[in-house]
Amino acid sequence: MTPMSSDAAAPKGPRSTGTQLVKRGLAEMLKGGVIMDVVDPEQAKIAEDAGACAVMALERVPSDIRRDGGVARMSDPEMIEGIKAVVTIPVMAKARIGHFVEAQILEALGVDYVDESEVLTPADESHHIDKWAFTVPFVCGATNLGEALRRISEGACLIRSKGEAGTGNIVEAVRHLRTIIGDMRKITQADNAELFEWAKRLQAPLGLVQEVAETGWLPVPMFCAGGIATPADAALVMQLGAEAVFVGSGIFKSDNPAARAKAIVEAATNFRDPHILAKVSRGLGDAMPGLEIGKLETKLADRGW
Amino acid sequence: MVIGVLALQGAFARHIEACTQLGAKAREVRVPSDLADVDALILPGGESTTMSKLLESQGLFAPITERLAGGMAAFGTCAGMILLAGSVLDGRPDQRSFDAIDLTVRRNGYGRQVDSFETDLVVTDIAGGSFHAVFIRAPRVEAVGAGVDVLARVGDDPVVCRSGRVLVAAFHPELTDDLRLHEHFLSLTGV
Repeated sequence: MTPMSSDAAAPKGPRSTGTQLVKRGLAEMLKGGVIMDVVDPEQAKIAEDAGACAVMALERVPSDIRRDGGVARMSDPEMIEGIKAVVTIPVMAKARIGHFVEAQILEALGVDYVDESEVLTPADESHHIDKWAFTVPFVCGATNLGEALRRISEGACLIRSKGEAGTGNIVEAVRHLRTIIGDMRKITQADNAELFEWAKRLQAPLGLVQEVAETGWLPVPMFCAGGIATPADAALVMQLGAEAVFVGSGIFKSDNPAARAKAIVEAATNFRDPHILAKVSRGLGDAMPGLEIGKLETKLADRGW
Repeated sequence: MVIGVLALQGAFARHIEACTQLGAKAREVRVPSDLADVDALILPGGESTTMSKLLESQGLFAPITERLAGGMAAFGTCAGMILLAGSVLDGRPDQRSFDAIDLTVRRNGYGRQVDSFETDLVVTDIAGGSFHAVFIRAPRVEAVGAGVDVLARVGDDPVVCRSGRVLVAAFHPELTDDLRLHEHFLSLTGV
């Protein structure tokens, strides 16, 4: 994050909204927390009761989108407003990749973060939304470092590793996190000449690659999504380096959503303590049924360019 | 002298960086045993409802209340200010706070994220010109009790307050490079 310089001559300066500091700042506040997918106000209450730091309002959780097929779009504004009315925590909502009008509508509704998401059916096969044009901040998915830096260059203020949504299978999330973090580690060891090659290989702006080389991390926070079904899954991705987790189908497709939601929140706080993880993992009933990645008809993570 | 930073959820790492830059020792506080060797506590920005839940489930609410009653210095920013306040409006009915400073605060009192803002303000008792302040879904102070000093305002609203060794800010000094508020807090810890 770029710290802002203060202007000593302006004791009561004007208020600026929609700045990078304000947008990335909300992502900083969500760190260490759990953002839960919810499809109605009742689920939103359960999520808030369990200690979610934000909810993601959407019409169907990814596992249902996967099962039902068809085109998945932005949710009905009435449903988003219903969720906003019952919780005090931030409310996020999804727009289709490239569908800037859905994003405009979500901004008009006053959602706190827009997820330009591969879980919905893409609206544009080559362009993502120009996210600099908005006051509301955006989160975008990434499977590798190049994709993450391209999204940041378009104005994303939070990156989530994609994983494979709706599968209850953590393997893709682990692959994406390891890829992104592993490449960042290598870049910190590269010399200046090698950074040009990295930028070319990653198809990412050189300036952002140089920033990663200096800091060892993305210029925005990185969370993890796609396949988290248990407290142990949440702790795994956080030990790997994710700064918070998104849980989609994993909670409301399980036997006991309220207990599982609370356990995942506690796992995110105690992600390095196996004794507490053992305690919170007990007696949660069945997790959501998982899917093998090799047998999927559609890989949602492949969407995005 | 060790500064504890409540590390249940939120921007705790930023506060640890700020303390470290000022040459203070800082450590994360997640479970009650972490409190033992801590001389002062920072409550960071984040989601106050989430932190309030976790304070209970981690068994931290009672021991922190006890330490605050015993005079431990504390610094709360945004959600941390809500947690230290005496009275919280627009919170959840089960939301608890430490009542360590006599303030009434309204959660998200400046609106939603699209209304979050940055501005410059002057903090009494802090030299060196104005302070650049980042307000994110910030709480709004609606009433100030006796014995509470208001050190800064935005418009008419108090945004930095102090009572004894408890300091609160409605914004996020941990998100900028200006360490003067952290420095002021360290001076309150009495070391």
